[in-house]
Parts: sequence; C-alpha cells; structure tokens
Amino acid sequence: MSSSLFTQDARTTARNAAERRFRACGLAAIVLALAALVWLLISIFSAGAPAFRQAFMTFPVTLDEKALDKEGGRDPAKLSKVTTVSYAKLLALGLKAKAEDLGLETTGMKSKDFAKMISEESAASLRDRVLADPTLIGQTIEFTVLASGRVDGYYKGRVTMKTAVKDKNTSPEQLALADKLRAAGVLDIRFNWGFFTMPDASDKRPEAAGLGIAIVGSFLMMALVLVLSLPIGVAASVYLEEFAPKNRWTDLIEVNISNLAAVPSIVYGILGLSIFINFVGLPQSAPIVGGLVLTLMTLPRIIIPTRAALKAVPPSIRDAALGVGASPLQMVFHHVLPLAMPGILTGMIIGLAQALGESAPLLLIGMVAFVRDFPGGFFDPAAALPVQVYNWTVRGDPGFVERASGAIIVLLIFLLIMNAVAIVLRRRFERRW
Amino acid sequence: MNDMRLTERNVASDTAKMRARKVQVYYGDNHALKDVDVDILDKTVTAFIGPSGCGKSTFLRCLNRMNDTIAGCRVEGEITLEAENIYDRRVDPVQLRAKVGMVFQKPNPFPKSIYDNVAYGPRIHGLTRSKAELDERVEQSLRRAALWNEVKDRLLSPGTGLSGGQQQRLCIARAVATEPEVLLMDEPCSALDPIATAQVEELIDELRENFSVVIVTHSMQQAARVSQKTAFFHLGHLVEYGDTGQIFTNPRDPRTESYITGRIG
Ligand SMILES: Nc1ncnc2c1ncn2[C@@H]1O[C@H](COP(=O)(O)OP(=O)(O)OP(=O)(O)O)[C@@H](O)[C@H]1O
Ligand SMILES: [Mg+2]
Repeated sequence: MSSSLFTQDARTTARNAAERRFRACGLAAIVLALAALVWLLISIFSAGAPAFRQAFMTFPVTLDEKALDKEGGRDPAKLSKVTTVSYAKLLALGLKAKAEDLGLETTGMKSKDFAKMISEESAASLRDRVLADPTLIGQTIEFTVLASGRVDGYYKGRVTMKTAVKDKNTSPEQLALADKLRAAGVLDIRFNWGFFTMPDASDKRPEAAGLGIAIVGSFLMMALVLVLSLPIGVAASVYLEEFAPKNRWTDLIEVNISNLAAVPSIVYGILGLSIFINFVGLPQSAPIVGGLVLTLMTLPRIIIPTRAALKAVPPSIRDAALGVGASPLQMVFHHVLPLAMPGILTGMIIGLAQALGESAPLLLIGMVAFVRDFPGGFFDPAAALPVQVYNWTVRGDPGFVERASGAIIVLLIFLLIMNAVAIVLRRRFERRW
Repeated sequence: MNDMRLTERNVASDTAKMRARKVQVYYGDNHALKDVDVDILDKTVTAFIGPSGCGKSTFLRCLNRMNDTIAGCRVEGEITLEAENIYDRRVDPVQLRAKVGMVFQKPNPFPKSIYDNVAYGPRIHGLTRSKAELDERVEQSLRRAALWNEVKDRLLSPGTGLSGGQQQRLCIARAVATEPEVLLMDEPCSALDPIATAQVEELIDELRENFSVVIVTHSMQQAARVSQKTAFFHLGHLVEYGDTGQIFTNPRDPRTESYITGRIG
C-alpha cells in the first residue's frame, strides 16, 4: 500500500524545514542590510540637510566716501588699496542703523558685536561690488549679507544661548538680536544656492563655503574619464574577446587586468604622481591629472564587465553573421556590440560612479589644495567632490561638518542621476526579442 | 526506401563544384574526420547521412571554413572550390562564405526584424542597388523559403518572435538571399512540420537549378527524396559515397546497409 499524499514523510518534513530556515536567514540578511542603509541615509541627511539652507540679512549700507575714497578721485588703484576691514565696518554700521531704526533693543551690543553677526565673506563681496562699480561710493544701497557661521548655526541647532556664553565669536546678545531681526524680516533663512556655486572658504567662514569648484572639477574629470575610458576600454575588450588568439600571453593579460581592478586606488595616485606630475610635468591639482589617474583606475573596472557582456552574446549569432559572409569586424559592430550594449553601459556607469566617489588617488596628486578661483580648463587647479568632503571633515569649525554632510548628499544625488541614466540607456538598448 | 522516383534520378551535371581530398579534422587530440574524399557536383543536391556524432556537421563546416572560428580545430588535406584550394593562405574566408552559404543546425536568426534578417547579406555584399530591389530580393527569398505568406504582414517585427520552424525558414531565406553558389544546410528540417518540410524540399529542388546544395539529414526518406548523391559517414570515416538510388537500393558496404535499414544508429 502506498503512503497517503496528505501526510508528509520524514524526508519531506526535513526538507521543508531546511527551506524555511534558509528563507528566514535570507529575510534577516535583507532586513539587516536595509536597516543599515536607512541608518546611513538618516544620519547623512540629518547632518547634511542644514547645509542647503542659510541665514541671510538684508539691510541698507551707506558706502561712506570718507571711509572708501578719502581723496574722491575714484582712482581704481587707490580704491583697490582699501581692505575688507573698512567694508566690514560699513556693514556693521549699516546693521546697527537698521536695528536702531526698527527700534530693537541693542543693549550690551558693541559695534564689534554687530560686525561679528555678519560673515567676513560679505565684506569681501561688498568690496568686489564697489570695485566693479565705483559710482556706488557715496550712495546707500540695499545689500544682502551672509549671517556669520554662529548666527547661522543658531538656527540649525549647532549654537545655543548656553554655548554662546563661552564662545568668543558670538554672544547671547547677538543671538537675541538675531531673533528680533528675524521677526522684523531683516534676517531670513533661504535655500542656499551658494552651496553649489561658491568656491571653498577659509577655516573661519564655513557659512561661505560652497561646492562650486569641486563640482566643476569633478565634472571635468568625469568628462575626461568617459572620453578616454569608453573607447579604450571597449576596444581592448573587443580585441581580447573577439580577435586575440587564446594563448599564454592573453591569459597573462587577462589575469593582470583582474589584478589591476583589485589594486587599491591610492596606488594609482602614487603612479599618477610619479608619471604625470614628476615625469611628464603636468601641473598639480589639475583635473587633467586627476582625470588621467581616474581613467587608469577605471579602465580595468570597465574592461571586466564589458568582456563579460561580450561573452554573454550567444555564439550562434556570431556563426550566423559569419555564415552569411560578414567579416569579423562587421560581425562585432553589427551584431555583437549592439547585443552587449546594455551590459557595457552598466559596467561603464558603475566604473564612472566609482571614479566619481574616489578620493585617495586625488589626495596624492594635490587635488586637496585650497582653491579659490574657478578653473578655466583642464590645466588649472580645481577640487573634487569626495576630496572636498574629506577636506571639510578635518576642519575645526562645526559648520564644516554640516557642509561635509551636505557635500555627501550632493555626491549621492550625482550618483543617483548616473544610475538613472544607466537604467534609461539600458532600457533603450535592450531588445525585447 | 522503394521510392518510385529513385529510379528516374539522374545527376544533372558531372562537373565537380567542390572537391575534398584526404580531409582530416582534429578537435585538439580528437581525430574527428579521417581521410574524407568527396566531390560535390555542380547543380546537384548531395545528402550527408550517418549516425549522430559521426562528423557530418564537422565536414559541412569545413566546406565554408566555419571551423576556423573553433579554437583547437585543425583541418588537413585539400578542399577546392572550382579548382581553387579554399584553405590556401591567399583565400579570405569572408569572401568564401559569401559564395558558400550555410544554414545551421539550430535556428539562429539575428535579434533584428524579419526584413533586416533577410536583407543583411545583400546589404553587406552590396548586391542590390536600390531599396526597391532590396525589397524585391527579400520577398523573393522569403517566398523561396516558404515563409512569405506567414510573415508578409509583419516584416518589421522581430525575427526571434517567430516559432522554431519559422525561424529555421527565416535562416534559409537569409542564406538564399545572398545567392551563394553552394548552399550548406545542416538538418534544415529538424524543427519543421511535414508541410513546411515539403516546402523546403521543394525549395532545395528549385535551388538545384542554379546552385549546389549539401544537406545533412537524419531522415532517410528526406535524403532519398531530395538528393541525387548521398554520402554515408560513420565514426569519422566516409564509408560510402554514390548515387542516391544506388546507396538506398544497392549499398556496397555492409555498414551502409545496416544503417539505412535501421540496424546501427
Ligand atoms: N566544437 C567542438 N569541439 C570539440 N569537439 C567537437 C566539436 N564539434 C564536434 N566535435 C566532435 O566531433 C565529432 C563529430 O561531431 P559533429 O558535430 O560533426 O557530428 P554530427 O555528425 O553533426 O552529429 P549530429 O548528427 O548529432 O549533429 C563528435 O565526436 C564531436 O564530439
Ligand atoms: Mg550535426
């Protein structure tokens, strides 16, 4: 008599139990991974989100002729001798006048205290504006300034009345006045476009630090990596996969490409330093060197997935093409490459994304230098996004920690965009037949 | 095997289109073909029969040098196409394959539209001068492959979306479109129903007017129906080669006889 299907025998029960255990383990692993991801995102976004908002103050400033141009000749040479200190004084006076106009209480506030509420960066931008248009001297203009890092931090929770007591860069009175100015509409908190457009700022001015040069630098380097590594990587892969004889030499090359993909990225930095800077004599900190180093690093990481994509194209398609009399080159370009395209693009974008997030090799070729001027091309000094993150995290002012997290968010957004592009391109090239 | 038509078979031509002498093929250390001598006659259908793994496909692939693409495959001996050795160093296999077309054992359409599949050969060889001419060539090839009526309304849909048998006929149309001088067909009907098989056999018969056709088949009936010459392969040897009528009615070698009567396979 055969056993009933309604009762399970011992082997079946054991097998089912094993499957349940395996599923539970898999689920636990996924939950753990998701929890880690969520934790990471929460910590980055809570630390970095404030970087995208910034406290600004707008008030009239009288550009006193006596302070800026004693002789009244508007001689550019003489005007440019006037330092930011004089402009900072004018700004402080303007803010003080505005507060008094509004009838706000300013007891305990010296004019130095007013100056401390304003970012030092704003004096420099006022000076730039006057030098560009000397006719402004003698007039009173509405001017928008960055609030100092401490006032800004007060609205982001970094600075409190308590910490302000001991802080020589601010005082509870300043913060109290800031609150009143905010109520009066002089101080407001807005989206911080400057975070994307402004260059890095010195240690004491976190409120003025932006990613402008880092974004430009990273963009230049990525463009170079794309332009160099796509054709070289695809050509190398196609040659190795479709044309090269299979012998000991190609085996050796294959093993070495895999090894190169695993070489720590900082080694590429050392290589770049010795070859491109010391030997070829290219300038330090320049995107050209960064791009070349990242290209070297990215090439093996592109060749490997590209070869895998080429291998995945069924051999019968190659036979079909050769069978109707296509040359090997026609076979590759008409049939194999189009079919491998989705895989190649995915590998390409992943390689680029890794290059975008790479900081170690760039540190060695001087991309860590403090750069204030936007690069005019590949040979001018520039910064890079991941290096900027590193740069800001090692600075003392807590304002920079917030900037660093903000920069990480920008980096993540760029990576997301690149992945989205990869998905769109893959969809476009993927044939559903 | 007592097909009436066998007796009225006569070979249309006696000139050898392709000639193989002492052909040896090695896959690494595996000696897959030994001392094969065959003449493929012009305007004739030649059938290769034999048990699985005996080297039929291997020999077929020697005739258009598709074996070149297999790593470790070595061909010795001499194969000529119109008295020119195709393994000569001056021969470009690409040019050879345009003259000696091939239909593979497994259907392998390009992942492109039906139209593009058939038009590919004429396009890369520059066989047509205008779009209209190309359209015409595509239609004619699909008609010859007995596929036109089924696909004429969806020429732009993917070739891989066809059924297995339709795909095989598409591959035949693709091979025919380049008008090769010799057409090699490796089990072209193994995925076809009897109706399509009959149509393909008709096509083969029609192609005979202009080309040589070499067909590998596991169906004795098919070999008997379509071919004028038959070659029987066994374990890498060419056991017997002769007129189809003679092979099927009066085989000289006992191995041939046991195979066609179904005793070895
Ligand atoms: N690519 C290859 N690499 C190594 N050995 C091969 C290869 N192709 C075929 N062979 C060997 O060569 C011999 C002949 O194979 P072939 O494919 O020619 O047989 P066949 O007669 O076409 O068989 P079938 O009727 O099953 O298609 C077999 O022993 C096979 O193992
Ligand atoms: Mg075969």
